[in-house]
Amino acid sequence: MAFLEPPPDLIKVREGMQNVAASMLRPISRKYDEEEHTYPKELDAFRGIQVMGRAKKKKDGEKKDKPKDPDKIGQNLGTVVTVEEMCWGDCGLMLSIPNAGLGNAAISAVATDEQLERFGKKWAAMAITEAESGSDAGSISTTADLDGDSWVLNGEKIFVTCADRCDCVVVWATVDKEAGKAGIKSFVVEKGTPGFTLDHLEHKLGIRASDTGTFVLNNCRIPKENILGSPEVKQTTEGFKGVMKTFDNTRPMVAAMAVGVARASLDFTREKLEQAGEKLDYSKSPNNCSARQKDYYMAEATLEAMRLLTWRAAWMADNGDFNNLEASMSKAKAGRGGTLITQKCAEILGPLGITTKELAEKWMRDSKILDIFEGTGQIQHLIIARNVLKLSRSQLQ
Amino acid sequence: MFGFSLTKEQKMVKASFAEVVRDIVAPNAHDMDESRQIPADYLEKAWELGACVAAVPGEFGGDGMEYSPMLNAVVLEELAAGDMAFAVAAMLPSIFINPVLEMGTDKQKKQYLPGSCGEKYQASTAAVCEPRLDFDAMSLAATAVKKNGSYILNGQKCFVPKAASAPNILVAAQLDGKPQLFIVKAGNPGLVVGQREKNIGLYALDTYEITLKDCQIPAEDRLGQEEGCNYSRFIQKGRAAVAALAAGECRASFEQARDYAKKRVQFGEPIAYRQSVAFMIAEMAYEVDCIRLLAWKAASALEVGRDATRDAYLAKIYAGESAMKVCDYGVQVLGGHGYIRDYPQERRYRNSRGVATWEGLATV
Repeated sequence: MAFLEPPPDLIKVREGMQNVAASMLRPISRKYDEEEHTYPKELDAFRGIQVMGRAKKKKDGEKKDKPKDPDKIGQNLGTVVTVEEMCWGDCGLMLSIPNAGLGNAAISAVATDEQLERFGKKWAAMAITEAESGSDAGSISTTADLDGDSWVLNGEKIFVTCADRCDCVVVWATVDKEAGKAGIKSFVVEKGTPGFTLDHLEHKLGIRASDTGTFVLNNCRIPKENILGSPEVKQTTEGFKGVMKTFDNTRPMVAAMAVGVARASLDFTREKLEQAGEKLDYSKSPNNCSARQKDYYMAEATLEAMRLLTWRAAWMADNGDFNNLEASMSKAKAGRGGTLITQKCAEILGPLGITTKELAEKWMRDSKILDIFEGTGQIQHLIIARNVLKLSRSQLQ
Repeated sequence: MFGFSLTKEQKMVKASFAEVVRDIVAPNAHDMDESRQIPADYLEKAWELGACVAAVPGEFGGDGMEYSPMLNAVVLEELAAGDMAFAVAAMLPSIFINPVLEMGTDKQKKQYLPGSCGEKYQASTAAVCEPRLDFDAMSLAATAVKKNGSYILNGQKCFVPKAASAPNILVAAQLDGKPQLFIVKAGNPGLVVGQREKNIGLYALDTYEITLKDCQIPAEDRLGQEEGCNYSRFIQKGRAAVAALAAGECRASFEQARDYAKKRVQFGEPIAYRQSVAFMIAEMAYEVDCIRLLAWKAASALEVGRDATRDAYLAKIYAGESAMKVCDYGVQVLGGHGYIRDYPQERRYRNSRGVATWEGLATV
């Protein structure tokens, strides 16, 4: 049914997570922005809460279970609502929640039962990007060579989130460079493995509370059983495509992050507008509003649009519908939209948008990454364009 | 129940309007625009589908179905995807029927609904917009003063669709500082319908400026009589409707740009292969969805009777800006051909500027 009034269950999830964000994340938001790389010990309170579970292992093509209770929202929708609230609290800290790394998502999705036993309770980061391979993830050069009972990994990974705080890392490496994408597999590398070094952590524009680091793999030897998923090396691109497909689930989450950060900016801006005596009645013709009001209204309208695209993508995933296009649309719109909203709010706020006495300047710095990681806005537009124009990679580059 | 996909019923209704669009509206949109008219039998074809009378009780000539702003939003989009001027004309009767049904007294319903819900298309209309720079639907220049059991209306209105043929005009005027709605019958000596307007868009739809000069109406013709009406709700519904119309027109603009870019070959390849063109089309695609979802959000709130002031306002202002951008890209992708009236893109471009301004043109 096409009907967009939020159901009571959604409101319940939202209110609950808003309380968590407001009470646990906001108060320490500035602290960890300033103390970049300091471990946020307050987040240990989240340990033991299973953030990323795994439902029964699904066969390929099997539709996900629809929520059994029609009054309850699905898992993906619940997640984007949660993520929006948490990032309203603090985006960098949300990325630093224990045991909720991107590696955890990969493990939940493809690990064998035996691997789930070994790694399911560890904090897992994901290492894909290299200095020469960003958007072109299929061009990575980190190698994995089978040697007896081990894989031997060589290479360097950059921009790994939770690099310092994680227990293990899911590393993408190629077992056969000539095979291109078909040769790319993922491997679990535990901290402390000889030949696996955290080289340095980055100093960033924003999400400074999130530890982003570079790993060097130098003849790093891991057990044969650490190749994630089936140990069989299939001569197809299925493995690569499979991992790219998980991005269909994570893209709406990144979009939700953008919604959360942008909303933080808007909420604060509205507060200040009202304090300054601006009456926001959502009625007066925008031509007759002050410039501030008009800019504010347009930003709020954009936020609503961003959120609806995000909810749609998540709802479709819960509904078992293929949502590749809609997931990319949500990230394309929200990534850019959120960036522009946080910029605009900092502008409207004047001196209040520049000073570090308020968080607005931080939200502007935080939101920028959301149009970049997990598929840049440009890649999202490429995916959308190929999809609506029905063009292949070679036709539209 | 919450969700993003249409029900079977909604799909059926959408399909029936898509058929009229495919068979009659789209093939004739250009000629209607050029000739500045909509043939009466086209409007009858749309009238037969019954969208304007669906929610009117049987005793007044309607189908007695459940009132659904969401369904109306779907219909408006579908018609506008064929032609926006046609969409406004076809659904115009609702702008009078809907407020009378929802906010009129029993006497007013008995008096005015049957005439509007007849076998044949006959549109009464509404007059909200005013010809001034600082027009504001919530703060009107037109006034109503109560005097001896009558209301005296004074003011100037513009963009009144089909005013010359409308049996009744629902006029928005400020009463004691608050906007209210008043039914003015055709032929009222205080009502002067001007020459047909010439506007940038909606060429096929006849709109008029009207002048109210000491226009006297009986007190019983104030919508809702002594209690008056929820004018804000009337405006909210209008704003959601404009966003729905915009979604349809932008969808058509996007689809045409998409199809053209795949066929148009320059430098040995379809222009769709170029990122600069492909990215405009990608943006058009999701902006259509943004406009539609915002319209649906407002319509959903209205469906459950919640105050949709904020949702409708945001939907309209967003649609106003986004529709202009989408239809601008729509012309741009077609290059020089986008500028020629033989192709629909330039018409959509002209039409889309009104989205930011129109009030009281349509309703959900």
